Amino acid sequence: MIETLTQYPLLAALLALVGMAAVFGAVLGFAAIRFRTEGNPIVDQINDILPQTQCGQCGYPGCKPYAEAIANGEAINKCPPGGEAGIQALADLLDQEFVPLDEEHGEEDPRPAMAFIREDECIGCTKCIQACPVDAILGAAKQMHTVIASECTGCDLCVEPCPVDCIDMIREEESLQNWHWQLPDPVSRKVEIIATDNPDARDRAA
Amino acid sequence: MRKIFDFHGGIHPPENKHQSVRTPIADAGIPPELVIPLSQHIGAPAVPSVAVGERVLKGQVIAQPRGFVSVPKHAPSSGTVSAIEDRLIPHPSGHSAPCIVIATDGQDEWIAHSGTPDYRQLDKAALLEKIRCAGIAGMGGAGFPSAVKLSIQPHHTIQTLIINGTECEPYITADDILMRERAQQIIAGAQILAHLIEPGETLIGVEDNKPEGIAALRAAASGTDIEVVEFPTKYPSGGEKQLIEILTGKQVPSGGLPADVGVVCQNLGSTVAIHDAIVEGRPLISRVTTVTGNSVREPQNFQVLIGTPMRYLLDRAGYEPARGNRLIMGGPMMGFTVPDDRVPVVKTTNCLLAPTEEELPTPPPAQACIRCGMCAEACPVSLLPQQLFWFAQGKEHEKLEQHNLFDCIECGACSYVCPSNIPLVQYYRASKAEIQQQRRDHEKAEHSRQRFEARQERLERAEREKEEKRAARKRAAEEKARQAGGDGEEDPIQAAIERARAKKAVQQAGGGESELEKLEKAVVSARKRLETASAKLAEAQAQGSDLVDALQTGVDKTRGKLEAAEKALQDYQASDSAAAQDAAQPGDAAQAAIEKAMAARAAEASLSPQEKARKDLKKLEQRLQKSRDKLAASRESGEEEKIIEALEATVTRLQDKVEEARIAVQDAEEA
Repeated sequence: MIETLTQYPLLAALLALVGMAAVFGAVLGFAAIRFRTEGNPIVDQINDILPQTQCGQCGYPGCKPYAEAIANGEAINKCPPGGEAGIQALADLLDQEFVPLDEEHGEEDPRPAMAFIREDECIGCTKCIQACPVDAILGAAKQMHTVIASECTGCDLCVEPCPVDCIDMIREEESLQNWHWQLPDPVSRKVEIIATDNPDARDRAA
Repeated sequence: MRKIFDFHGGIHPPENKHQSVRTPIADAGIPPELVIPLSQHIGAPAVPSVAVGERVLKGQVIAQPRGFVSVPKHAPSSGTVSAIEDRLIPHPSGHSAPCIVIATDGQDEWIAHSGTPDYRQLDKAALLEKIRCAGIAGMGGAGFPSAVKLSIQPHHTIQTLIINGTECEPYITADDILMRERAQQIIAGAQILAHLIEPGETLIGVEDNKPEGIAALRAAASGTDIEVVEFPTKYPSGGEKQLIEILTGKQVPSGGLPADVGVVCQNLGSTVAIHDAIVEGRPLISRVTTVTGNSVREPQNFQVLIGTPMRYLLDRAGYEPARGNRLIMGGPMMGFTVPDDRVPVVKTTNCLLAPTEEELPTPPPAQACIRCGMCAEACPVSLLPQQLFWFAQGKEHEKLEQHNLFDCIECGACSYVCPSNIPLVQYYRASKAEIQQQRRDHEKAEHSRQRFEARQERLERAEREKEEKRAARKRAAEEKARQAGGDGEEDPIQAAIERARAKKAVQQAGGGESELEKLEKAVVSARKRLETASAKLAEAQAQGSDLVDALQTGVDKTRGKLEAAEKALQDYQASDSAAAQDAAQPGDAAQAAIEKAMAARAAEASLSPQEKARKDLKKLEQRLQKSRDKLAASRESGEEEKIIEALEATVTRLQDKVEEARIAVQDAEEA
């Protein structure tokens, strides 16, 4: 055997290559089965970018279905809560051109909203509880309902089913708690940073 | 002599410190109104524990801490709580926040308090609790609760305790004057901290532009193991991480705490406050604040009550608002413009700067970045400010994080050196806030996603369970049906029929009895009805109602019914007794009928076939005749066509039968 191989180097090379191909093929085949990814990873990545309000403004029953639709070629500009930033992130992820928000599906509201039940008027019909996609409404039949503020995504879905129209969407007002510095207006002279006893700046101003 | 290290970058802005240290600390006095914001520290705001209208004494707790990272608030002077409401607070946003307002009575009456000069007797937890209850939060700027900072995690061993007396920002001299006047208290406070933390060494770091302060400290520290370290002046050496590097050569890792490298830092002002709290039992109700700037006539340091309106304090220093262009809390590098001069002095107000326009001119408009790189040279944390600036403009948050934006201490050195006057720090602050907001939003989105998925799963599970139950019920029904089929398919129907039959039989058997009962019942109820109707009628008559006539007819009708019912009962009883008499000899009648029938049969049997046939014929002929008569009568009386047709058919059929019978008779006769 070894003698034959030494005599025919071509045969030896062929055998070696075929053997390696078989070994690597087996390893790759094993890896493909052993480390198979569950689900579609791109869908998860898209879903991660979507704001998870589950509002259905995109026309899909929740963020995950829209993520799946995007993965199958749906437009990326149908999510008003995600806004321009969300579209930009999706465009970056999917290597697409940025497209402005499709107004047909709603407008971006920079201030997040929250549902509020006027509790005196609530009749305890549980319709809003059934409509809430994230179980953020607490209550029971013929008992007053209330919104768990920290769980509400502001999706608006509970407003429509209410038979007595006692749910308001309250926009968050700017307060001490949510205030933060804004980027300076590049053309404005009014800036908040003081470091101005810089001698050069003082000379120029004088 | 200790080895002094240096940190990267830094700047040397004009110090402007001499103006405010010419006179000793002055007492600012008691303003007519004190405004104490509930949140003067990092962490949860305190909760008011007094009511409006309540009289409070100096040093009394007026708001309790909520949570671990929180401190209480104390009344800075005696007086009456006049309001608990939202007031403007010193904050760059210009927003209002809940405050307790005290109308002072000028008596400055202390609540009973006592210190613990022998603090070494106390264990550490008790000492920390005392510090927390005295409301002490970092007095340098951020206002982090001191007790939290001093609670050393067990896995940290502290080699060095540093008291930060650097005070590197221009204009501010609050710590400098403390060193000059209260060196003893500083050293005593440092000893308390050393007792608490048990470090290997205790250092007080001071910049070399405060020679008097250093001399006073050194004098006070002689005989103790506290070392006063002097190092060259450079902004921002007072930054915690910078000071640690200067004194120990150690760099605090990005995102880490000083304790990670075995160091704890405390502000000098906080050290004095801790001394006062432990040794004298005085909570943090006043502090030393520098009032300076060219629009105050007498720049100086004041011992000022927390909550004093800034305007009141400024007026004590001879404030000329017309000359000033704005009011800054803190220094010129890191301070911020306060929205209004009525906002109160808080625990972190180390300086009030009221500059003139010439002194701190409004910055000229920003120009384009020329990539000169001066900002990178000045940056004390070795960041790339111009790169960060580009990323901030483009909102490239990922890149900003990769370039360690969160290590930025916002010292303003880059803005200071920028030849294009770009407000770099504001870009960084805005970007930091935006990134943090995004992180929060993302966390919330993740939370919502989990809840949404959990709900979907729950709904699916409920649907599945319902489906399973339905299937189980169906299976059970089928099983039962099959078993019933094995015993005899029509069993239930058969049983029902049997039941019905039995019932009928019972009814038939007791028929007479039940009929009698029924009639009796009818009589009783009719009598009752008559009684009520009569009563009603009498009532109506008494009242002279319009309904009398109607009721009268009702009573008459009821009486008629009663009579009918009684008659029916009597008839029934009579017929019943007759039937009973008939039944007395039932045997005879039946016997007679039987005998009659037997006789007829015997006669029939004795007859010959011819006679028999003739007899049949005769009978049929009689029936035919009867039918014909009936038909004729019907036709005459004009009966319905259907009946006439039926009668005609009967006649035809009988004729046929008569014919048949005749043939039979002939056959019999022939035979």
